Amino acid sequence: MTAEWWQEGTFWLIAVGMVVSALRVVTTGNVVHAALYLVGTLLGAAAMFVLLFAEFIAWVQVLVYVGAIVVLMLFGLMLTRAPIGKGNLDNDQRLLAALCALALFGVTSWVMFEAFEGEEISFDRSIATTAENVGDVIFSTYVLPFEAVSVLLLAALVGAIVISRRDRG
Amino acid sequence: MPITYFLILSALLFSIGVYGVLARQNAVLILLSIELMLNAVNINLVAFAAQLGDAGVGGQVFALFVIAVAAAEVGVGLAIVILIFRNRQTVDVDDMSLMKW
Amino acid sequence: MVSSFLLLAQHGGETVPPAVPQDGFFTQFMWLVPLLPALSFVIILFFGKRFRHGGAAFGIAALGAGLLLSLIAFVELAAGNAAVEKAWTWFDFAGGDSLLLEFGMHYDFLAGVMFVVVTTISLLVHIYSTGYMHDDERYTIFFAFLSLFTASMLFMVIANNLIQLFVGWELVGICSYFLIGHWWEEKENSSAAIKAVITNRVGDVAFLFGIFVLFFAGHTFNIEVLNHMAEEGEIAATTLTIAALLLFGGAVSKSAQFPLYVWLPDAMAGPTPVSALIHAATMVVAGIYMIARMFLLFENAGAALDVVAIIASITMLLAAILALVQDDIKRVLAYSTISQLAYMTAALGVGAYTAGVFHLFTHAFFKALLFLGAGSLIHAVHSNNMSDMGGLKDHMPHTFKTFIIGSLGLAGIFPLAGFFSKDEIIGGALRSASDLGQVSAWFVLIAATITAFLTALYMTRACVKTFWGSYRGHGDPHESPASMVNPLWVLAIGTVTVGFIGFPVIGPFADWITVPGHEHHGFEPLYNLVLPIGATIVALAAIALGIQLFYRERWRVDLLSGPFAWLYRFPANKYYLDDLYLKGIVRPIQYPIARATYWTNQKAIDGLVNGAGIATVALSKPTYDILDQQVIDFAVNGAAGLTGFTGGMLRYVQSGNVQRYAAVLFAAIAAFVALFALT
Repeated sequence: MTAEWWQEGTFWLIAVGMVVSALRVVTTGNVVHAALYLVGTLLGAAAMFVLLFAEFIAWVQVLVYVGAIVVLMLFGLMLTRAPIGKGNLDNDQRLLAALCALALFGVTSWVMFEAFEGEEISFDRSIATTAENVGDVIFSTYVLPFEAVSVLLLAALVGAIVISRRDRG
Repeated sequence: MPITYFLILSALLFSIGVYGVLARQNAVLILLSIELMLNAVNINLVAFAAQLGDAGVGGQVFALFVIAVAAAEVGVGLAIVILIFRNRQTVDVDDMSLMKW
Repeated sequence: MVSSFLLLAQHGGETVPPAVPQDGFFTQFMWLVPLLPALSFVIILFFGKRFRHGGAAFGIAALGAGLLLSLIAFVELAAGNAAVEKAWTWFDFAGGDSLLLEFGMHYDFLAGVMFVVVTTISLLVHIYSTGYMHDDERYTIFFAFLSLFTASMLFMVIANNLIQLFVGWELVGICSYFLIGHWWEEKENSSAAIKAVITNRVGDVAFLFGIFVLFFAGHTFNIEVLNHMAEEGEIAATTLTIAALLLFGGAVSKSAQFPLYVWLPDAMAGPTPVSALIHAATMVVAGIYMIARMFLLFENAGAALDVVAIIASITMLLAAILALVQDDIKRVLAYSTISQLAYMTAALGVGAYTAGVFHLFTHAFFKALLFLGAGSLIHAVHSNNMSDMGGLKDHMPHTFKTFIIGSLGLAGIFPLAGFFSKDEIIGGALRSASDLGQVSAWFVLIAATITAFLTALYMTRACVKTFWGSYRGHGDPHESPASMVNPLWVLAIGTVTVGFIGFPVIGPFADWITVPGHEHHGFEPLYNLVLPIGATIVALAAIALGIQLFYRERWRVDLLSGPFAWLYRFPANKYYLDDLYLKGIVRPIQYPIARATYWTNQKAIDGLVNGAGIATVALSKPTYDILDQQVIDFAVNGAAGLTGFTGGMLRYVQSGNVQRYAAVLFAAIAAFVALFALT
């Protein structure tokens, strides 16, 4: 089943929004604005997920990324005396960075174009990728990586505390 | 919808994230750009998952794991940034060039 | 051996050879006789110092044994045993008998006589030396060299080939050098020794060339073979003459003939026993012996014998005149020796073989006696010069008596030994001149007669100056010890008795020593009575004149000034012969040639060597400066410098800026992706 016109239109709308937000993230002079623009990008990504039949991932994205990670970033900004107001936040190798990014974009897009030209995402589904199915798979096929990730999170937690605590005496 | 749309989008976001990592002075903003890159990857994964149909659940699981790892990474990264700030009163990466010649 | 004595006694001296001559028992072992003194030389050299009196006993023992053996073997020969020839091959170069070098012995009458003479005189000199050299600090080596000398002389006498003879010839020359220069602390003694060696060397060169000529003509060194070849006419006449003259050249130097006699008077610088042994009785007669040995060769060598006779005549006159003007008693005796050697040479020159050898035999006795007597005088007076002596007949009776006996023997007064031997020579000269028509024999005759006169004259002078008058020297002279006087008496007895061995007709000497193939001359009243009486008159007249001149000092002629001064000065300066040699030969070699050689060495040869050294140094400096310091070090230092430089450039990559690193990382990723995508 080919995409409906409104599906493609929605895609284009959200895509443009995302790209603009992303650009603003890396070019804005205000650190807090950068974080907020990132929120925009992340929400756009969530919308994309919904568009791609990954509702569970979309929700997790919103909850974890937007809710936790960006908040954490804001905390970090505050704790490290983020400069208030506009300023120059770029270093001297902007040109080199731009070139690098462009090169990378060029190469990857060209590769992917070559590989996946003309392939379509089918919107016909026989099996829905619901939360139930995802959970099913996590705890059966991918239980080991799941546990590993849990341990990782624990380690990260402990590590963060150890790194950032004040030395006593 | 041609999958290439999503792939290009993902590549674009990734490149923008690369630019951000390379061009920003503030350490926290670099971490922000890294999040951008990870997001691009997620979109890529989920797009492929959607294309693969029934077998594509693995893609979504992978995206889930990426999110979890990103969270862990941000936690530790910020802890480090805060520690650096505590010692140097700045998070400007240009000033942190002790390992120079 | 006893049977030989009995045979001798039965036939009263005349020998009757048995039907087949056998080899005598002792004559076969005559090669031991040179070996014994050689052994004693080695023993004295190595062990002499450990013995009391330096091992002189070894020398005396060796010579005593040698003398005994010589006498016994001679008796055997006389009793009719054959002459012995043995040989032992040393080197045989081309196989067969060409260039064969051998050690050999050839013992016949001539060798036998020489053996007796050498061993007797040597033994007496050894005994004498124990007294004369008693306080000498190099006593041991003196006796060692005496033994070596005797061994060499006997080695030479017994030789059966020319090479061995030459070896012995050279050995006695070297011993002469050592013994003349015994007191080498005085420069003149060592100079005299060198003069002796060099003068002898001149003659030795001629001798050696003579040997070579003979070898190339006859392809052998063996004396018997060569003599035989000469007699049979197998060698060309001119070759023979040349060879003979060259060999005579050797005799001229060794036996002190004109013009190479100049070394003998200076050789008196050695100790008197040495003069007695070497320069009176034994070494100087080596030349005479050699001519006697090779006589057949000389006989057939055309004019060679004439040359011999004439040179001998000149020598005997010159030497006798010189003896008349010497002050040193040893020099008188030295010139006398030269004169008497000329007698012997002249005898051989006119073909009076037996007479020459007989004179050699007798001369050994009285000349050795005179020298040892002179030694006794010198030992007492501590001076050689007759002007320091005088009136010694009362102080030294034994020396006086024996010396007079010796002088009379030398002058040729009946019945002493010299009478018989001199007489034979003059008779032989007359015979050759009148009967055989040899012209040179007339020269010999005249010279011999005049020399006989002069001999008696100078001996009278010597005796008068030494024993009569008043003592002109220092201190109190006394008679010498028994070790010195006893040999004098032995020799005096010898001088008296030995003459009778050569008594014409009845004396056995003529039977022993004859030229092979010549007949023995019988007793002829005209020759054998007139001549001896005439000779005796001449001698007595000379003695009378001498007494008048020197004792009574009548007819004194002022020799130093006056009209005849030059007559005195000419012989007094030894006819300026020494000066001729010195200025004409020695100095030109010594100064210009030596200087040229030195220049060549310093400039040319050293120049080459030094030049090589300087060139190497000069070459090494730029090599070091340029090649090593700049080129090679540049390469080595350059490599290190390049590494440093590159590192210096590359380190700027480490900017410390993490974002820079990240940028590079991403760029590399992009590149890799592109690369993988394309390939």
